[in-house]
Amino acid sequence: MVLLLGAVYCLIPILWVVMASTKSSRELFSTFTFSPGTGFLDNLSELSAYRDGVYWQWLANSALYAGLGALLSAALSGVTGYALAKYRFRGRNALFNILLAGVLMPPITLAVPQYLLMAKAGLADSYWSVLLPSIVSPYGIYLARIYAAAAIPDEVVEAARVDGAREFRLFRSVALPMMVPGLVTVFLFQFVAIWNNFLLPYIMLGDDRKFPVTVGLYSLLQQGANAPALYTLVITGALLSIIPLIALFLGLQRYWRIDLLSGAVKS
Amino acid sequence: MAAPASPSTRQARRLAPYGFLAPATILFALFFALPIGYAIYLSFRAVHVKGLGLGSHARTEVWAGFSNYTSALTDPELLGGAGRTLIYGGLLVPAMLGAALFFALLLDTPRIRLGAFSRLAIFLPYAVPGIVASLLWGFLYLPTVSPGYFLLTKAGMSGPDLLHGNGLYVALANIAVWGGTGFNMIVIYTSLRAIPAELYEAARLDGCSELQIALRIKIPMVAPSLVLTFFFSMIATLQVFSEPMTLKPMTNSLSSTWSPLMKVYRDAFIQGDIYSAAATSVVIAAATLVLSFGFLKLVNKRTAGGES
Repeated sequence: MVLLLGAVYCLIPILWVVMASTKSSRELFSTFTFSPGTGFLDNLSELSAYRDGVYWQWLANSALYAGLGALLSAALSGVTGYALAKYRFRGRNALFNILLAGVLMPPITLAVPQYLLMAKAGLADSYWSVLLPSIVSPYGIYLARIYAAAAIPDEVVEAARVDGAREFRLFRSVALPMMVPGLVTVFLFQFVAIWNNFLLPYIMLGDDRKFPVTVGLYSLLQQGANAPALYTLVITGALLSIIPLIALFLGLQRYWRIDLLSGAVKS
Repeated sequence: MAAPASPSTRQARRLAPYGFLAPATILFALFFALPIGYAIYLSFRAVHVKGLGLGSHARTEVWAGFSNYTSALTDPELLGGAGRTLIYGGLLVPAMLGAALFFALLLDTPRIRLGAFSRLAIFLPYAVPGIVASLLWGFLYLPTVSPGYFLLTKAGMSGPDLLHGNGLYVALANIAVWGGTGFNMIVIYTSLRAIPAELYEAARLDGCSELQIALRIKIPMVAPSLVLTFFFSMIATLQVFSEPMTLKPMTNSLSSTWSPLMKVYRDAFIQGDIYSAAATSVVIAAATLVLSFGFLKLVNKRTAGGES
């Protein structure tokens, strides 16, 4: 019973946005919240028409930032985590601790100087300015290291070496396939993190054609304060923006290895 | 080491990790180390304006010593922001982790009904960006469109004002509780699933109720993951930014310096004073590190003390 109450509490805002997006501006402020309206298709076409379809551009940008960023991040985490887990070398712990300290860095402490440096390099307000800082994920490296340590038996590595495998080939054809489940988890975490990120793109970007959907919706809301007609667009946009993530979530549930987080990996 | 290795392969094995780590090291240096260094450098600089500040050489950057730090640390707005963050975190962290632990324990009881559905529903908000979550809740807080207020007025009552004064703390904390409970619940639930079932068998034979098992066996067993979730919630609380930024247009009682991160943003990009913004952001980073290491030390001491 109590558990269901929790579930209902978590679903209310989602239900609300589904219902609210079907209302016209007039209905939004006049009819009961959970009764459907008549304006969904109008809202959709209005949203598509807003500044020549910039909304769809935002969604595409989010997909690009999150998809490509998470892919590169998972690849980098994989190769780094493997090296930290399976080799003994000088400076290993120091390097790992420095990387971990990166997790604790407040995003603003990084984003302000990152922006200034990007501006110096002529990259501010470009796709690169959002994509490049998202590739290094200390958290992803940490997860990949835990996973590599648990999933790749030392005997397998040694056996491949005896067979004369070169170090890089050994990583690519022996270790990497064993790490795939862990790396899928890193990809998913990073995808959600980049998709939901607001601070970095908000600071880096000025041109609304390059905005991800979070910054785009925020800018719509800012204008909505002066033009309540935009509220229906914001609400419809909010609904459409959470659909892809919820779909990704429900579709890939089986691949989430949350046990990595609590450090308990059963290999 | 049974395999005879030739000198060249031994050499390769010694150098391999450095090759594997090169990309991460280079990117980390460029996007973490260099910006942090640059922020520290800027925090010791200031702009010196000559005369009326006109002409090309009227504004020069000069060495400022600790002056940015003294003004940051004595700034009532930063202290106020820290205080507000503390109140917000004091509401948010216990409520979120308490709910997460409670739901995780419920999910872990035998013969629970609709467990899979509830687990998914409670986890779902994790996929919703903070901006969008604040937007949705913001509308639910508005008396003109909210179903809660609609029902209350129908019943002849007036609802609480969540967009002004102290109601704001509840409003903001609720958004974060909604977004974070499910994720933490899953982390705790996962470590509950890892406890061997034999542990409960004996307790059940002794006639322990599910509640006693939860209190005496389960909660102590998942203590490490509670520590972990507490740690990450604490760090996230310090960095609250997008929720108050989103609610700001809906209310006039959220200042542009409500949270420390908002203040850094305002100083750097609205007032154009990157030097004091840099100093403030270094102070926030230092506070985060001190808190983190202090917390980790405390936890290690407690667990080491518990084992001896």
